[in-house]
Amino acid sequence: MSAADREVILEANDLTREFDGVTVLDRFNFKLHKGEVLGLLGANGAGKTTAMNMLLGLTTPTSGTIRAFGMDFVKHRLEVLKRANFSSAYTSLPNNLLVWQNLTVFAKIYGVPNVKQKITELLELFEIADLRKRVTGQLSAGESTRLNLCKALLNDPELLLLDEPTASLDPDIADKVRKTIRKVQKERGISILYTSHLMKDIEEVCDRVIFLHKGKIVAEGSPEEIVKKADAASLEEVFIKIARSGDLAAAEGASASN
Amino acid sequence: MNPRIVSALVLRYLYLYGRTPMRLIELIFWPIVELLIWGYLGMYLKEHAGAAIPTIVGHLLGGIILWDVIFRAQQGVAISFLEDVWTRNLLNVFVAPVRNMEYLAATFIIGFFRILVTVTMLSVISFSLYQFSVFEMNWAILPFFGNLLVTGWALGMISTALILRWGQAAESLAWAVPFFIQPFTAVVYPVAMIKPEWVQYVAKALPSTHVFEGMREMLTHHTFNWTHFFWACGLNVVFLGVAGWIFSSTLNTTRKRGLLTKFATQ
Ligand SMILES: Nc1ncnc2c1ncn2[C@@H]1O[C@H](COP(=O)(O)OP(=O)(O)OP(=O)(O)O)[C@@H](O)[C@H]1O
Ligand SMILES: [Mg+2]
Repeated sequence: MSAADREVILEANDLTREFDGVTVLDRFNFKLHKGEVLGLLGANGAGKTTAMNMLLGLTTPTSGTIRAFGMDFVKHRLEVLKRANFSSAYTSLPNNLLVWQNLTVFAKIYGVPNVKQKITELLELFEIADLRKRVTGQLSAGESTRLNLCKALLNDPELLLLDEPTASLDPDIADKVRKTIRKVQKERGISILYTSHLMKDIEEVCDRVIFLHKGKIVAEGSPEEIVKKADAASLEEVFIKIARSGDLAAAEGASASN
Repeated sequence: MNPRIVSALVLRYLYLYGRTPMRLIELIFWPIVELLIWGYLGMYLKEHAGAAIPTIVGHLLGGIILWDVIFRAQQGVAISFLEDVWTRNLLNVFVAPVRNMEYLAATFIIGFFRILVTVTMLSVISFSLYQFSVFEMNWAILPFFGNLLVTGWALGMISTALILRWGQAAESLAWAVPFFIQPFTAVVYPVAMIKPEWVQYVAKALPSTHVFEGMREMLTHHTFNWTHFFWACGLNVVFLGVAGWIFSSTLNTTRKRGLLTKFATQ
């Protein structure tokens, strides 16, 4: 069964957002299928976080619609959020609580059945079981990133939105975290929308990527396809070309003239 | 409304206070300072003008203790919200399946706990230092308390809305908002003292004014004024409704302007 035949978990139709008359996301369309990891790539300010915030209901779209699990997102926001979760390196859990206290609070919010067991399982998964009784605010950036991911998996989400989840991880931990995310994702068939500036992340974790440039989709496909199409040596090279010239065609041209 | 979610959110604040008891100091320090000042003033007035108002000490202390019900309830809502802003936790809450009402209910409950701490302590001190017992208000303490709790919640939602609207720069409003109404709500003097006279209409439009008027009547004549009671209840319904509307429409506007995330991650 090809990806295209699988159930659509999340989709956006002509999703558009303007800020003060400037369009930062322009008629954005995509479909995320069941069990698929879709990477959202693009330079700083390309509109990735804006897209994600709209998909989470944190920012209202200027126009366009979102459907999740076959439901209209605006009408069924709470039902969707029960089955989804989010993590970003730019949010944190309350810094004055202990690690286990924070996870307990969110486990209860999500109605997790075996709270203690679930927390132990997740902390072990990300190899931070020894941090259980530590104060959250005293964790290193990398530790708190992994704690955020534990929080994001508490409710066994079918849909995960991860905005730069691996920012600030050292190469060793980043590698472990990538592998863990991929493993859990495959085992449970989770659908993930993923942004990252680490091309290694994208190559290893994502089945398919979308390149955004100034709020518009400029390329789409599997990482290999895109690299091939742009006649580049690596995804990193494609990224830089798109960021500088604005589209894949120009990127191809640029690489041809090299 | 899901009680499981509300209790989970309350648990978050209980863990917080359990871990940082220093935060409870604000529940103790300022209220005691105020109680002492008004208590001594009351004693002084009683000695020199006691014939005119024999229950002056009770009026002042009762007013100050009941005022704290408003203030603590308001703080419970506004500070709990700020706590989530300060710890960059707001997004985690907003992407969880939490209804606005559930979030507010948790902060209401926290406000209630804060009041219990402060009011119990003030009552004990006022009785031991000034021989004024809040139970002189008899059972009427309950409707007084209940009405002021609701007024405090309403002010709390308004404060939170203002912070959402103006950003963290407006943080000090969390402490200031109750004092916008304090001069007009006749805490330690009767409405009749408020001048110019038209301002008395403003005073009477505040639910809390009717509670304080009712309290003085109770302490002086030992009668419960039902008219004041019904006015307080009715106005509270209006206040709570308007405050709830202001809160939710401000939250919507914040989403529309795309500021919720800026605010939560800054
Ligand atoms: N609330 C806002 N008001 C005004 N402009 C905004 C707001 N939020 C985002 N923007 C603008 O929208 C554009 C897209 O921002 P966004 O955060 O989506 O980029 P991004 O792709 O996530 O970038 P990065 O890789 O740096 O995280 C930027 O130019 C940003 O300044
Ligand atoms: Mg971003």
